[in-house]
Amino acid sequence: MIAHALTWRRERRVLPGFGLSLGISLTFVSLILLLPLTSLVGQLSQLSWSQYWFLITDPRLLASYGVTLFGAAVAALFNAAFGLLMAWILVRYEFPGKRLVDALMDLPFALPTAVAGITLATLYSSNGWIGRLLEPLGISISYTWIGIALAMAFTSIPFVVRTVQPVLEDLPAEVDEAAMTLGASDSHAFRRVILPYLWPALVTGTGLAFVRSLGEFGAVIFIAGGKPYETEITSLMIFVKLQEYDYAGASAVASIVLATSLALLLAINLWQGRFIKRLHGGRG
Amino acid sequence: MIRIGDAPRVRRLLIGAALVLTALFLLLPLVAIFAQALMSGIDVYWQNLSDDYTLAAIGLTLLVAVITVPVNLVFGVFLAWLVTRFDFPGRRLLQTLIDIPFAVSPVVAGLVYLLLYGRNGWLGGWLDAHDIQIMFAWPGIVLVTLFVTCPFVARELIPLMQAQGSREEEAAVTLGASGWTIFRRVTLPNIRHALLYGVILTNARAVGEFGAVSVVAGAIRGETNTLPLQVEQLYQDYNTVGAFTSASLLALLALLTLAAKAALEWRAARRETAT
Repeated sequence: MIAHALTWRRERRVLPGFGLSLGISLTFVSLILLLPLTSLVGQLSQLSWSQYWFLITDPRLLASYGVTLFGAAVAALFNAAFGLLMAWILVRYEFPGKRLVDALMDLPFALPTAVAGITLATLYSSNGWIGRLLEPLGISISYTWIGIALAMAFTSIPFVVRTVQPVLEDLPAEVDEAAMTLGASDSHAFRRVILPYLWPALVTGTGLAFVRSLGEFGAVIFIAGGKPYETEITSLMIFVKLQEYDYAGASAVASIVLATSLALLLAINLWQGRFIKRLHGGRG
Repeated sequence: MIRIGDAPRVRRLLIGAALVLTALFLLLPLVAIFAQALMSGIDVYWQNLSDDYTLAAIGLTLLVAVITVPVNLVFGVFLAWLVTRFDFPGRRLLQTLIDIPFAVSPVVAGLVYLLLYGRNGWLGGWLDAHDIQIMFAWPGIVLVTLFVTCPFVARELIPLMQAQGSREEEAAVTLGASGWTIFRRVTLPNIRHALLYGVILTNARAVGEFGAVSVVAGAIRGETNTLPLQVEQLYQDYNTVGAFTSASLLALLALLTLAAKAALEWRAARRETAT
């Protein structure tokens, strides 16, 4: 085992450029990523624990955590359903305009978030194309949690579609056939056979959509309006504190945002790793 | 062969629902951008486009892209080469580190740069004494954009280069080829589509970044406004048509990005069926 690892390592080092690529990568990562991030740690270390606690439990900020988490949860659940539907029809069915629909799925990643933000705010405002139709029904989307969830959902649409799509493509046709010949109905077969197979990809995609929604800023602020305690998201709170030159406050909030998203990302990676191991490890 | 959901009724229902939702959530916003920009006619549209502040914003946005895309291209290639062709302690850690910009809110990215280079920051005093302006000037915008876009190229290359393995390159070494020759003649032809796609993604994000840039730019009209910031400022001034005019340029770039991606995927698929 060890001998094998050693020869493998020696073989690897046959290729040139180890020193150069290590040097360039480490320099870049240190200067662009790590140095700025340590300045956050530096700023926070000037605070005592009680000061830090006071800053991160400010009632207006606590309200923003609620607004952000709730909006992101709604957006992620919407995308779980919508993404599953889109992945399904794009893999399983043929219909005119399919290539166009497929390409359109990536629009939220390609479109700058500020553009998405002002567009959604305009569409759903009380005199916008959609807002105008909803107002007589007593539904307002601008400046409410619905608008926040909507904007978050828009920017994270590609995550579920693009994680589920390749897994569904790889699903062997025999699985369908076996389920159907056993006499199961469509919905029963889907729930008992297909869904368990797609589950890991679906959870991963939904998790990524959730993390992205938590951090979304540009798309949300225009439609949210930023009413304190009601439609203020946490990234906006960092921005507000910076405009008041409250660097300590902004850093404290940023540390919460950063820690939450890193923890979630790590959890998703571990979950995905375990799934891949189960998939490949079981059969060697 | 029988497959789940193949009954015509089910199929029609699902396709119908999917198309309605796609039209509502994706197509309608896209149409709205251009409709709003052209609301007052094509003459006003051109007028808005040739506005001095808009032209300055376009210029600054191009400058940011012209610097960040090549830098991140070089970094991405070296990082991908490093983590897929060599084994060394800390390899996994390095791969995790470059995912940070994907996870953090762009506002946090802007903040950490402000803490480092701002007036009260670690380097702020030294920069002030030497009269170097980074925050609220274009170098700051370039730096945060580098931060936000650094994972894209590497993320496209790493899975592909891992899957391809290094056998071909090792053969080239045995034949006595130099490092640069190996990269140019062996590696590059294998990765050029993924590399191009990484560059397209980097460019789209570099041009469109808003949250991080708005923290470090200071929104000085004609000086530190990139196009997305210009969009925001015009919108806050209730100049809707002007805002959507600038937005339409960014939307056009987004459409080009999607078209380029579709073309790359189509070519890859065709090559796969050909072999």
